[in-house]
Amino acid sequence: MSIFFEDIAVGDQIPAFTRKTTMMEWSRFAAVNEEFVYVHMDDEAGRAAGQPGAFGMGNLRWAYMLNALRDWAGDESEIKELAMQFRAINQKDDILSAKATVVDKSVADDGSNLIHLQIDVENQDGKGTSPGRAIVAVPSRA
Amino acid sequence: MEEATTLVTPQMVASKGVWHSFETSFPITATDIRRWAIATYWGEMPPRLFWDEDYAKTTRWGGIVAPEDFNPFAWQLPRELTEEELRLQGAIPGQETKKGDNILNGGQVDSFGARMRPGDVISSRSRLTGWEEREGRNGLTLYTYNETEWTNQRGEWVKSRVMTLIHY
Repeated sequence: MSIFFEDIAVGDQIPAFTRKTTMMEWSRFAAVNEEFVYVHMDDEAGRAAGQPGAFGMGNLRWAYMLNALRDWAGDESEIKELAMQFRAINQKDDILSAKATVVDKSVADDGSNLIHLQIDVENQDGKGTSPGRAIVAVPSRA
Repeated sequence: MEEATTLVTPQMVASKGVWHSFETSFPITATDIRRWAIATYWGEMPPRLFWDEDYAKTTRWGGIVAPEDFNPFAWQLPRELTEEELRLQGAIPGQETKKGDNILNGGQVDSFGARMRPGDVISSRSRLTGWEEREGRNGLTLYTYNETEWTNQRGEWVKSRVMTLIHY
């Protein structure tokens, strides 16, 4: 399934990708990314870094955002750029939702049909933790 | 204890703009890609593009590709870390943390080129492009900007990343 450039409008919101981040999610990601860093595994290290305990990896939030974009855009599209600021810590058992809104459409010099999105990963309180932007090239019906 | 007036080190000044950390990955395998997708989609089935070659052949990609965030440099052979690499690991239980040794990933900007596929060998290089210091809620805080560039065995550009690290 794919989306088409002509069917997308500024203001469209893409479906959220939502996960509760427990040690199960963190440990699986640490395993594939070899991200065995004390502050992500050990509450004492997390407290030494000024947090309530161990906290989540920015790279996992990043993955969730890409998953949201990919699930929306389909396999015939191409994510060209993603920018994200990690402004809040991902605490254990947070429920994170990767969300994005279409803010612009353009056609690149090479003819690619580009969708520009404003992105964020919200926690269970609706607080944005990771604002940023994305550009996705999508197919055209033409 | 004397308060730090800067967290910028002479090593940072000397290394600004100089490519370093040249690294070559092991060949990417379909298993690496499938495991990455399972971990990042945990809770639901990952997309077939990442594990079903028959399906992937029917897409524009012509076969399995890796998720854009896939890291081919996970599980390189163990080696002794440099002092700087150890410092970048952040706080360690039971060890006193010096000012500036606490590190957070402040954010990143990635531009994506050629997709990574099974069999690809990725080369990486990095450089410190700049920094700024300001007072934050944790006192003196240093923001460093680090650029990393990946290419594949065909010399195709795969990815560029500019990462902000926050030292406090």
